[in-house]
Amino acid sequence: MSPNPQPAVEVSGLVKRYGSKTAVDGLDLVQQPGTVLALLGPNGAGKTTTVEICEGFRAADDGTVRVLGLAPGSEELRPRIGVMPQGGGGYPGIRAEEMLNLVAACAANPLDPKWLIEVLGLGGAVRTPYKRLSGGQQQRLSLACALIGRPELVFLDEPTAGMDPQARRLVWDLVGALKDDGVSVLLTTHLMDEAEALADQVVIIDEGRVVAQGSPSELTAHRADDQQLRFRARPGLDTSLLSAALPEGLKVREATRGAYVVEGLIDPQVVSTVTSWCAQQGVLAEELTVAKRSLEDVFLDLTGRELRS
Amino acid sequence: MTTFAPGTFKPAPGRGSLPKMLFVHARTEAMLTLRNGEQILLTVIIPLALLIALSLMSVIPMPEPRVGSATARIFALAIISSAFTGQAIALGFDRRYGVLKRLAASALPRWLLVAGRVCGALVVVALQIVLLAVTALILGWRFPLSGLPWMVLLIILGTLTFGALGVLLGGALRAEIVLALANIIWFVLLMVGGVALSVPVGFVHLLPSAALAQALETSVVHGTAPGVGPVAVLVAWGVVAGALATRTTRLT
Repeated sequence: MSPNPQPAVEVSGLVKRYGSKTAVDGLDLVQQPGTVLALLGPNGAGKTTTVEICEGFRAADDGTVRVLGLAPGSEELRPRIGVMPQGGGGYPGIRAEEMLNLVAACAANPLDPKWLIEVLGLGGAVRTPYKRLSGGQQQRLSLACALIGRPELVFLDEPTAGMDPQARRLVWDLVGALKDDGVSVLLTTHLMDEAEALADQVVIIDEGRVVAQGSPSELTAHRADDQQLRFRARPGLDTSLLSAALPEGLKVREATRGAYVVEGLIDPQVVSTVTSWCAQQGVLAEELTVAKRSLEDVFLDLTGRELRS
Repeated sequence: MTTFAPGTFKPAPGRGSLPKMLFVHARTEAMLTLRNGEQILLTVIIPLALLIALSLMSVIPMPEPRVGSATARIFALAIISSAFTGQAIALGFDRRYGVLKRLAASALPRWLLVAGRVCGALVVVALQIVLLAVTALILGWRFPLSGLPWMVLLIILGTLTFGALGVLLGGALRAEIVLALANIIWFVLLMVGGVALSVPVGFVHLLPSAALAQALETSVVHGTAPGVGPVAVLVAWGVVAGALATRTTRLT
């Protein structure tokens, strides 16, 4: 690899407005080639808008976007990328293999459509017209269409939406195989475990802005005292008593009914204090675990815990 | 866990050959039309039934030779059915199911997205015309061969003009609205647009339906070149519809 490789995707100062609503508000990101980047954010954060601008489906109002060093949507660029639009796409009456053959005909060195159909578990639905495929099957066909041309860079917009756990697992394995073969993958998701499992780099966006970015481990463990001890016990224990028994700087709360969380620097002494306090209360601390903050905690801290309309 | 041999997805991008893309796209479009029962009813069964009815029954007044006049009009109807109504409905639902976006994301050049649909439509029209022509010959149509080149040119021009109108309708509105409008317009053109009946009202001659039926009648019945007027009307509608459609057609 050259010492200064061209980024797979480079976005700077991207702005997109729909009427009075600003969907993307000065977004910057750089994806190194051969890596997996996850755009993580709540619904309406601007993920799909950003990806569709990179794919060439929408025009930016401001800022610059380069994909493999080229302008999005250009005839030169399109053969080099694979796109899985949100919700898929196909002729209502077409069969999976016919659709894949059509997209394969657009590529110089396509993968074998029959093989890909089997890999994606669509072998049992070869005669089913597109409109009668389940949402998950349509998604898998769309993924096949994105991969068939052996692209350098793949955009996957919510690739596992509507999929059952087996299919989701398969997509994760595919993304891993793509990365191993040097393909860059930019995906959007609102699933923390997906971003944590797949991405080299996670970019958390909210209200059209980047609120945090880094590798999953950087995002979850940037402070040594940022740990949690979780346990279950009888609901309604007086947490202020436990708080008083613990060293200063540790916070105790009942996160949901009967599920207690101690946050801060968790050392063996803290664990011992918690269990003996529970013993004094005459309760057994069950399912006691010590963990660093999950990506979900980071995400919820950054984007808020309230439901969005 | 599913494992893949290393190198399975090693990038090897590139655009496929243009003739192959055009061939596969056009074949897909034609095949999907021919497989669709409602499209077959509209483009084949109804024109065929009307051809037989108009030729054998004298309920509707028609110039002699009756079979020839009926054939010309039904050719025009077949083109309107498939290039306009069929194309508009197909496009409306193709957009609904996201296929245009899917194909626009592939390496298929944009012009080929249009060219493939046009070629697919021409293949379907050619099959309709062959079937109708054979039926008409059995019914006693005497085709002056001198009209063949004109007939072919008019069929292509009619397909392009009504295809542009079909894209204009199917490319901008919701699928259900397209479905309703495309069928209503088809019926109106058939009854009072100069297709089934010669309507002696001035502005009807300015409709593309009347122009196509009239021009085809000249070549199919008399074997001579169509008048400049009907051809100009067809070209004008096609150019205006095409220009508008490039601005209004949306991928989804």
